[in-house]
Amino acid sequence: MSNIWALASKELRAYFLSPIAYVVLAGFLLITGFMFWNMLAQFSRFVAIYSSMQRPDMMQQMNLNDMVMTPLLGNVTVVFILIMPLITMRLFAEERARGTDELLLTSPVSTLEITFGKFFGAACFLLVLLGLFFVYPLVLMYFGDPEIPRILTGYLALLLIGLAAIALGLFTSTLTDSQIVAGVLAGGLLLMLLLISWPAQAVGEPFGAVLSYLSITEHSSDLMRGLVKVEDLIYYVSVVAIGLFLSQRSLESLRWR
Amino acid sequence: MIEVQKLTKFYGSHAAIRDVSFIANPGEILGFLGPNGAGKTTTMRILTGYMPATSGTAKVAGFDVFSESQKVRARVGYLPENPPLYPEFTPLAYLDFVARINGVTRARRRPAIEYALEATAIEDVASLPISTLSRGYRQRVAIAQAIVHEPEVIVLDEPTIGLDPKQVIGVRKLIKSLASDRTVILSTHILPEVTQLCDRVVIISRGQIVADDTTDSLTASEDLEQVFLRVTTSDVAEDEVAAAEHVEAATNGTTSAMAENNESDVETGDDAAAVTADNGGGK
Repeated sequence: MSNIWALASKELRAYFLSPIAYVVLAGFLLITGFMFWNMLAQFSRFVAIYSSMQRPDMMQQMNLNDMVMTPLLGNVTVVFILIMPLITMRLFAEERARGTDELLLTSPVSTLEITFGKFFGAACFLLVLLGLFFVYPLVLMYFGDPEIPRILTGYLALLLIGLAAIALGLFTSTLTDSQIVAGVLAGGLLLMLLLISWPAQAVGEPFGAVLSYLSITEHSSDLMRGLVKVEDLIYYVSVVAIGLFLSQRSLESLRWR
Repeated sequence: MIEVQKLTKFYGSHAAIRDVSFIANPGEILGFLGPNGAGKTTTMRILTGYMPATSGTAKVAGFDVFSESQKVRARVGYLPENPPLYPEFTPLAYLDFVARINGVTRARRRPAIEYALEATAIEDVASLPISTLSRGYRQRVAIAQAIVHEPEVIVLDEPTIGLDPKQVIGVRKLIKSLASDRTVILSTHILPEVTQLCDRVVIISRGQIVADDTTDSLTASEDLEQVFLRVTTSDVAEDEVAAAEHVEAATNGTTSAMAENNESDVETGDDAAAVTADNGGGK
């Protein structure tokens, strides 16, 4: 356990000692800030229109959760698919390129501990990112009255998507000593998980149901609307477990080459 | 204490080492010699638990490197031929990390790091990022990494490469002092270093042990260079001439001569396949 923490804190430190952390955080806040401003501008435009039209019934239906936070969280899912590979691509590919895998693999730590250490290190970075991203609901809370539990389940959805992306990205990072290859593989895999449900209706049953079950966004939409379902949680936990299992196997196989 | 018995490692169909056996005792510095691509790094990687052998057994500090790999790894300090450094870290943070994953407890960590910094004379750069350090400093940070957890067995793959003559002397002194109650395996190309430091010499060529004796008895009737040439270049006359030049250059002990030596070794052809196999397979 102390080994896992040692590895995780080393990962987190490495993020903030290199420009990656700052570039990713700044880029993420810039893009999401633009999205947030856009949603908010739309919202206030509608408020202005409806109030000038003297439509209290329409005004009743306007709320910050439905019109700002939920669509923002939904869009961030797509942003995540772009930026999570940037966070995960270095996790093991960099060790291999630098020859530091030789240090890790000749230290008395197991490949399982390395896997968990890397995963938690990147997960801590994800928490930092989500923490900074929480500035938007704070702005809404200051000026308005959004429903907070619903925002929190939306953040839970993003956290779960992020953890799933980290586990898969960690796996692709163990496959190669090139960070670019690892990042492209992770991005492709995540994009596939995003797109996979698109032909669900065209292929019909029973495969349609399978395709939509596999989709990474399908399981987040209820959470973002405030509905926590065990089946959705199971989906994300399964993806994380599969990613970590494959990573550990892949690390172990490095010894046998 | 290291006991190696009939160690064989195949990369695909190519045997990097074949039936390698030797013993190193506590308090002893064992010189591990051989041309490039002879299987030195492969042997060291097996001994340090980086990868398993195809067949044969090896015991390090009383534990089997395959079945009790974790115990072996906790007791071995290893300097790989490429220093395994994190350039964005400071030596202090780096050594702290290495000490932690090697199970050095919180209470012992501070003195352990101070000891490693002092032994390798890198205290004055301890708080600078490793990426800003010169090659000699980096090499010494990597050596500090190998001794920070005070291992029973120390495996050093070309520890003095990239150091200036003064630093070379310092590192040799350090190795000598480390060996008092430990086992040290030293892989090197620099033959005078072996005669100065090592109690025993094992020479490996094309994956097989071709000499294993105390330094004194090996060098009783002829120079170590002559022994090295005789046992590593038996058949090809061309090879012998080329190798003679290399060793002459190598005995000067300068790094530029070493680099030249490395390059021309690959060119001599016979070893080239082994070199590529070793490098490619080890990654």
